[in-house]
Amino acid sequence: MIMKGRAHIVGDHVDTDQIIPSRYLGTLDPAKLAEGCFFNLLPGFATRVRRGDILLAGENMGCGSSREHAPIAIKSTGISCVVARGFSRIFYRSAINIGLPVVICPEAIDFTAAGAEISVDFDRGVVESAGRAAEFAPFSPSILEILSAGGLVPFMSRRLAQEEI
Amino acid sequence: MGLTATQKIVASHSGREHVAVGETVTVKVDLAMSNDMTSPLAVKQFRSAGARKVFDATKICIVAGRHMPFRDEAFGKSVDGVREWCSEHGIANFYADMEGMDHALVPDLGFIRPGMLICNADSHACTYGALGAWGLAMGSTDMAYIYAFGETWVRVPETIRVRYVGRPAKYVTSKDYVLATERALTVDGARYKTLEFCGPALDDLSVDERFTIANMGIEMGAKSSFMAPDRKVADYLASRTDVPYEAVWSDEDAEFERTLDIDIGELGPVLAKPHSPDNVVPVDEVKGVRVTQVCIGTCTNGRLIDLQQALEIMRGRKVAKGVRLIVTPATAIIMRQAEELGLIDEFRAIGAQINPPGCGPCTGWHQGVLGDDDICVATHNRNFPGRMGSPKAQIYLSSPYVAAAAAIAGVITSPEAIAP
Repeated sequence: MIMKGRAHIVGDHVDTDQIIPSRYLGTLDPAKLAEGCFFNLLPGFATRVRRGDILLAGENMGCGSSREHAPIAIKSTGISCVVARGFSRIFYRSAINIGLPVVICPEAIDFTAAGAEISVDFDRGVVESAGRAAEFAPFSPSILEILSAGGLVPFMSRRLAQEEI
Repeated sequence: MGLTATQKIVASHSGREHVAVGETVTVKVDLAMSNDMTSPLAVKQFRSAGARKVFDATKICIVAGRHMPFRDEAFGKSVDGVREWCSEHGIANFYADMEGMDHALVPDLGFIRPGMLICNADSHACTYGALGAWGLAMGSTDMAYIYAFGETWVRVPETIRVRYVGRPAKYVTSKDYVLATERALTVDGARYKTLEFCGPALDDLSVDERFTIANMGIEMGAKSSFMAPDRKVADYLASRTDVPYEAVWSDEDAEFERTLDIDIGELGPVLAKPHSPDNVVPVDEVKGVRVTQVCIGTCTNGRLIDLQQALEIMRGRKVAKGVRLIVTPATAIIMRQAEELGLIDEFRAIGAQINPPGCGPCTGWHQGVLGDDDICVATHNRNFPGRMGSPKAQIYLSSPYVAAAAAIAGVITSPEAIAP
């Protein structure tokens, strides 16, 4: 699987309040959550994302509250993948669970410019932009199982079906 | 080589003799939780996956009364949906009658016991570490899976030990201990790790004061907090539950990633400046900053002792002109205790307004949202940009003493300077 798109960049320690303010937590409607995504930090973010674009972030991406509305909001804008120097653990798990791939690759953050084309090759474990490439570590087996099922909900359905046989 | 308490809890919940740091294992969950904000998605995912029954209705607890009364119709409807799901699955531990917020309520009900493994779709699940339990925060979809199967995967984390030594000066509280730790470790210094708190200055604290410290583990990125359960914890539980439990402790020769000593004796009252919980400075460094709102409450500092400490400073005085003082007891139980002790009347006489029990204005959802020009001193745990409303608002995090001093003076000031 290869994902390609333009790079959007946010900094270090972007917390879930900045990703999606609490006033949007009353809804699970993806269009509403997309509208609220980075509401204060990057107003109008969703309108600038083309489907498939890639979000780059610094350290500790998604720190703060456990609201899963945060990765859902990012995914709902059309972002296909988040590459960061590092993630907070709750955000990391939740993103995988909803089928939003998250990649830890500090080097890629160093060489990718805002608006540049960037590609993430999950089979080779490589991020490329502007002729430069960086490798990232493969997902752990438990995460890979969830990702290849398409997220935790389909993974769950499969287990439920197996156990009922 | 001995084992950390975290390794022991993970091992006992994964049917293993021993687990190594860095390993990924499947653990059985003793108590699965979510709240009014996170349950609706958990329920939706549970249903979308085609799950028809929960793993064990007695091991599920949903506190959906954290933000009450309802702010709007949509929120009321979403809590009603959770209520329906709980009734469908026979989940008796459903709290949506304004009982307050989970991290104060659920320990008080005796549901959290040493050695337990609790998963909660709320980042402050680490609070339960104060009772020697392992509280793991997760997202809603993770909880949907746990509601169906009663288990989840975890990576066995490293443990960082924080040891509090020295004797605290007057007006130095457990909130100051944890803010000082925050300054030392920063907002991601304990990411993916257990923070195990110990030391003589911790032992001296009451269980309620310890909750304040355990609660803010997540603000350093921790996967969980842990404190070795002692006599005080046993006494706390004795009046709350007769369910037996097996406490665990880290072995003397357990492998800690590092040990951080914090000398409380050298600490004065501190606060975290905007816009990060690790932006911690002594109160004197920001004294004189004008304040428009003071909030006392939350899962960090919304317990009885916090209300009492605030009143030590404010008793018999008046809130400064231009300041809104908002008090939010964390639970209805605490509200009732405070009423019986006359604290609520005292707060009212000072000029405070009392919110219904719960999370109050901490998340910027209701009951005290900040505008562009607001400067707030809050006993909360987060001061991220826009956390309580406008991203231009300034939020300072402090102990109840420092918050109370600001409410009376109208500016940030040391409790010492203003104490009666």
